[in-house]
Amino acid sequence: MDQLTTQELITKLLYLVSIVFFIFGLKNLGSPKTARRGNIFASLGMFIAVVVTLFHQDIISYTWIIVGLVAGGLIGGIAARTVKMTDMPQMVAIFNGFGGGASTLVALAEYHHLMDKAALIPGGQTEITVAISIIIGTITFFGSIVAFAKLQGLVRGAPIVFPFHNGMNGLFILATLIIAVLGIITPINPVYFYIVLALMALLGVTMVIPIGGADMPVVISLLNSFSGLAASATGFVLMNEVLIVSGALVGAAGLILTFLMCDAMNRSLFNVLFGAVGTDGGGGAVDGDRSVTAYTADDAMVLLENANKVIIVPGYGLAVAQAQHVLQEMVELLQKEGVKVVYAIHPVAGRMPGHMNVLLAEANAPYDLLKDLDEVNDEFQSAEVALVVGANDVTNPAARTETDSPIYGMPILNVDHAERVMIIKRSLSPGFAGVDNPLFFEEKTMMLFGDAKEMVTDIVSLLKEA
Amino acid sequence: MTGTLLVALYIFVLAIFTGFEVITKVPPLLHTPLMSGANAISGITVVGAVISAGMEAELMTTILGTLAVVFGTINVIGGFLVTDRMLEMFKKDKK
Repeated sequence: MDQLTTQELITKLLYLVSIVFFIFGLKNLGSPKTARRGNIFASLGMFIAVVVTLFHQDIISYTWIIVGLVAGGLIGGIAARTVKMTDMPQMVAIFNGFGGGASTLVALAEYHHLMDKAALIPGGQTEITVAISIIIGTITFFGSIVAFAKLQGLVRGAPIVFPFHNGMNGLFILATLIIAVLGIITPINPVYFYIVLALMALLGVTMVIPIGGADMPVVISLLNSFSGLAASATGFVLMNEVLIVSGALVGAAGLILTFLMCDAMNRSLFNVLFGAVGTDGGGGAVDGDRSVTAYTADDAMVLLENANKVIIVPGYGLAVAQAQHVLQEMVELLQKEGVKVVYAIHPVAGRMPGHMNVLLAEANAPYDLLKDLDEVNDEFQSAEVALVVGANDVTNPAARTETDSPIYGMPILNVDHAERVMIIKRSLSPGFAGVDNPLFFEEKTMMLFGDAKEMVTDIVSLLKEA
Repeated sequence: MTGTLLVALYIFVLAIFTGFEVITKVPPLLHTPLMSGANAISGITVVGAVISAGMEAELMTTILGTLAVVFGTINVIGGFLVTDRMLEMFKKDKK
């Protein structure tokens, strides 16, 4: 390897310090006690890396750097300060997209720079790494924008499928690879790489658009992984170690979450990406000869108040209704009456990994009351009431027994093991997976029809009166 | 393939394994902050963007570089701030 100048040496050593901060940061993000410190470590690492880079010998003018940093800082800062906790999944998705987009842009900028200096070699490593960076970064950017649009409700949440969907995506990928190779071997012509960019933009859209809302935790995790890999790819273009390492760390983190989410639904990544499973929750007919009994807030209040132990199962409906605050208020009132209350949180409840935890934390629910699937599943049998708020598929006992059900094999919360099950729901319509929930028709089940926020508010006022 | 590229590839693979080892045992409680914190780290690409935007090379490089600085900074600043906002809310039961 070449001899480094003193400045280069100092730069690279400080980049190494950044990397150490990133690793410590991620490590500390793994425990509730240290998580906040971890995030600060990681941001310090980033601060060091950026400041060191400002002294890079190739930098001549700071005008555009300052414009970019100020503009980006303002947009990111304001967005982060003002976003509602219920909108967090789309916020994370869009930030992700910007990271991927930035990686593509840097790779292209370097490509133009080298082309201008006539420093490109046909089939050389820069050309290859630029192509890879464009492919991953662009798919991340456009995939994230579609995920954002779906979560924000700008695009229908249900899968949007057109004929020969997967075949067409296959053709996109094939065409991309051919044109990328052409671009790599003819480095004087950037048109090929822009066609690759356009094709990947299309693929980013057509890959995410058929994926249903409840599969979003997988998609967001995967895009998160991609944004890291895109940064790594750009690191290979620039031969910059801090990009390569940080990108790889994020790539690994995203991949771990992706597979955790797939496991939590007992589905393969392939099935999530290409299966187009799900509905908007409006379809499916319910058998006419089965009946359910509708109960009122009064009935619910009496049972809750007299229980020893209540387990609450929150789902995406809680976020939609913005009912987390009033729900926690109810929990506190019950605790005063001596009722033991915990929340049971399914890994894929909501629209991103850990979504419900964030919502309930916002409502001041202490985190030791938030139990995950493995921790809480044996506790249902000793609970008088399981209260399901805006969740459906993750409680569906059909997942245990009905082999032909699309959710068969998915680990579920054993709410049916509780003495009574209360379900707050707008109607009997099936959940995201489009399957009936036999739980609704069981004798021990009390259906409380209505908006989650209104229903819980009613229970709270009754508890206060009592 | 140059030696430098090969070393870079070694570093990449080792970093992936490091990532797996460091992150595997994160409780579901922290999945969202972990994701958004990691996401902010992926904005590291801003380091490359800063050089492209500042080296006064040909116009295309400056335009793409500046846009990349904007995108990358949104990712970094937004990501870290929003993660901090979330983590601030996580509290243990007082009792």
